[in-house]
Amino acid sequence: MTQLHADKPHREDPDEAAATISPSPVGIGVLGWARWAWRRLTSMRTAVILLTLLALAAVPGSLLPQRGVASDPAAVPQFYAENPDISPWLDRVGLFGVYASPWFAAIYLLLLVSMTGCVLPRCAKLWRDFRSEPTKAPTRLDHLEDHRRDVFVGRRDHGETSTSRVDALELVESALRRRRFRVRVADGAVSAEKGHVREAGNLLFHLSLLVLLFGIAGGRLYGYEARVAVVAGESFTNVASQYDDFSPSVWTDVNALEPFSFRLESFEADFETSGARRGEPRSFDARLRVESGEDSWTAHVRPNQPLEINGTKMFLTGHGYAPVVTVRDGTGATAYSGPVIFLPADNNLTSDGVIKAPDARPAQLGLEGLFLPTAADIGDGAFSAYPDLVNPRLLLTVWTGDLGLDDGLAQSVYTLDKSRLQQVMRPGSDQPFGPQLAPGQTVRLPDDLGTVTFDGVRRFANFQVARDPGKELSLLAALMLLGGLTTSLIVRRRRVYVRVHDDAGTVVVQYAGQSATRRGLPHGEIDSIADDVRHELDRHRQPHRKDAP
Amino acid sequence: MTTDLLARLSDGLVYSTIAVLALALLAHAASTALRSLPTRHPGASSTLSVSAQVSAAGASRAAEAPGATGSTRERDATDTRAGEGPGRVVGASAVSLTVLGTLLLLAGVIVRGLAAGRAPWGNMFEFLLVLSLAAGGAYVALVRRRAVREAGVWIVALMLLALGLAVTSFYTPVDDLVPVLDSYWLVIHVAAAIISGGVFTIGAITAALGILRRRWEARPVTERSQRYVAALPTASSLDRASHAVHVFAFPVWTFAVIAGAIWAENAWGRYWGWDPKETWAFITWVFYAAYLHAQSTAGLRGSRASWFALAGYVAFLFNFFGVNLWISGLHSYAGV
Ligand code: HEM
Repeated sequence: MTQLHADKPHREDPDEAAATISPSPVGIGVLGWARWAWRRLTSMRTAVILLTLLALAAVPGSLLPQRGVASDPAAVPQFYAENPDISPWLDRVGLFGVYASPWFAAIYLLLLVSMTGCVLPRCAKLWRDFRSEPTKAPTRLDHLEDHRRDVFVGRRDHGETSTSRVDALELVESALRRRRFRVRVADGAVSAEKGHVREAGNLLFHLSLLVLLFGIAGGRLYGYEARVAVVAGESFTNVASQYDDFSPSVWTDVNALEPFSFRLESFEADFETSGARRGEPRSFDARLRVESGEDSWTAHVRPNQPLEINGTKMFLTGHGYAPVVTVRDGTGATAYSGPVIFLPADNNLTSDGVIKAPDARPAQLGLEGLFLPTAADIGDGAFSAYPDLVNPRLLLTVWTGDLGLDDGLAQSVYTLDKSRLQQVMRPGSDQPFGPQLAPGQTVRLPDDLGTVTFDGVRRFANFQVARDPGKELSLLAALMLLGGLTTSLIVRRRRVYVRVHDDAGTVVVQYAGQSATRRGLPHGEIDSIADDVRHELDRHRQPHRKDAP
Repeated sequence: MTTDLLARLSDGLVYSTIAVLALALLAHAASTALRSLPTRHPGASSTLSVSAQVSAAGASRAAEAPGATGSTRERDATDTRAGEGPGRVVGASAVSLTVLGTLLLLAGVIVRGLAAGRAPWGNMFEFLLVLSLAAGGAYVALVRRRAVREAGVWIVALMLLALGLAVTSFYTPVDDLVPVLDSYWLVIHVAAAIISGGVFTIGAITAALGILRRRWEARPVTERSQRYVAALPTASSLDRASHAVHVFAFPVWTFAVIAGAIWAENAWGRYWGWDPKETWAFITWVFYAAYLHAQSTAGLRGSRASWFALAGYVAFLFNFFGVNLWISGLHSYAGV
């Protein structure tokens, strides 16, 4: 054996050639330059570099808050507020939107171009390989990786026919064909090849990345994502204006959303009632009455169990409480009545919310509330001790004056603009007026401002609605990717060469294998072929065997 | 049996595993030390390394070649050296103890699953158990390869480290899952991720040893130390083992990422959202892809390629520990 295979498997990568081409193009003109650059770009070394760059470029996006990704939308503004000096600079180079930034796109697009340029010529080569005969056997086989030599001594003197070279060749050929090798017989030698499907797998895998790009683009260009919170008992219709938050893509047809509507009939939540994880959620169930076209049906939406209507999917992503409140103003007229969504602030669903009554007379009223599903009180700091409704309380502070709703500027429904409001104080005191209400209770506001009734509590559910017309294509790409990759890693492309020498009736069969991948030959393949041939020869002729020198 | 009893049984099995693996570690260390003793014939190990390099491709096959059937086969010295004298007994008991420890751990994980009434990989504690189990399983499966067998001391050390962390910092009593984790895609996705992680561990160790050994081989013969590195398998056989291991683990990791994407689509309505967990899965994947490319690139093969494998492993570990503990995202529910 020589140093042939231990370190450098045989391969026919065009890339290997490309990697060793001259370091720079000397005096070859524009076309030469272009050709040189293209070879460089499509070389394996470039692939390694670009892959490394891609991995590194993805890192900052996981460490810095990002815009437009699923996590907390307030994260970027908050980071800005905490790091006012560097934030604008980070922003300028796209570090708050890494995965949409031009430099990130540049890397993966270059990588895809490089890959296509690398893989298409290999497709052509694979096609030629499939149609051409296996290469001729080398003269000396004992140099090769897996080498074996069988000797059959003919016994003419006993009146038997000897093993002839031609017989042996035929047996070798059929043994190889049985194993689905492509076989060529020439000059007393057999050469056989197998495992081209490895290359096909490799190509399928790389090309699947292009398909994936189209799949992703489908979602990015035509899909949309939106969020809405719906209180139990209320209804929702799938039009853009009904969403709390709607993010269409570039070419989404906003006026042609899937026509459906539903009423949230009930929302149920179960929590762990004991142990160290007391209060952890255990199950959620939103029961909907859905209407779409002529049809109407009852559906359950749970975590991991979305509602799907013609490719538009609706997911349950959160929940909370909506206290039902009635505000009567100083004249006794109802200034507000209904459920108000309070945003959960912790795992035990301590929730904050705001009630605005702009029509209240004599003055507009704004209420800031804290809702506790299971109120626990230690001194001043009230908090909720458990997420379910065990001891519900609504804590209010009251503001009066100008809510600032008349100047037409959009305002969050979850905050009060206090710039033109005064806090209502306890009569004859400089303490804020801060009633605590149990369900069913009513409180009279100071200064004849009116009354507030805490009628009860309903739950609300957060739904995320998404439509991604590219996702089937992406799934297809993922399957191609996995299939192609596995094929290219499992199948070993290899050659088997067999030479048969006939020396006065003594037939010497030499086998050798050669791997075209790093993984070497399949375990025992040469032995199994040789044993088959030996077996056949033995069966026909019972030759006398002698150990080889 | 009650849940409580099963839970305690599982804990007991995990502690027994730790005890057995501690013994295994001692045995591996002793076996490594015996192997690393200066050889009786000066220079023997460098001669051996040359012959092994030449014929390594046929290494495992040589042993099984039919001896007296009239065929001649190449043989090599790679495997014969493995067991000589006292080293043989110690080495064999190291392997046996590792197998025993792995079986105990398997039992511990299964009983934990019975106690919880679900797949036993729902929090960091359980992840660590299963990760350690996957590494042990991969070691046992590959122990016939010399390159893997002789890395045993490192593999067992890492398994013990994982188990030690599990029972101290990450211990979690048997418990149910939060609803978003209650999905069969979780079972599939996490299982694939952890299995590939266990196997990547073996790959990282062989890759690192390959780097050490290659550096050693690059020195002039007279300047080579005759200690630990000298007794290691050749760099090329370490690299080959490392490549084989990654070739198995990479598609499994790919599958884990895809299954995760399908799960995300089912739970949140988007299959990819650059959540930190997803991002680091991607980074891991890309580093390993770079490793496989470097293996096929003239001029990058060998140590340089191995660094990519190590980078992939570091990214994997960061995803496992760093992202779960330090970065908040949708995946930070791991119960710590
Ligand atoms: C877009 C990112 C890419 C990814 C994720 C990727 C991934 C992979 C993987 C995982 C393998 C392993 C298969 C094996 O070892 O047999 C592979 C093989 C290969 N890749 Fe890529 N690749 C990418 C881009 C490229 C590019 C840009 C090129 C060409 C410049 C390329 C050329 C090849 C070739 C020729 C092989 C076969 C290697 C061999 O024969 O062993 N790939 N690729």
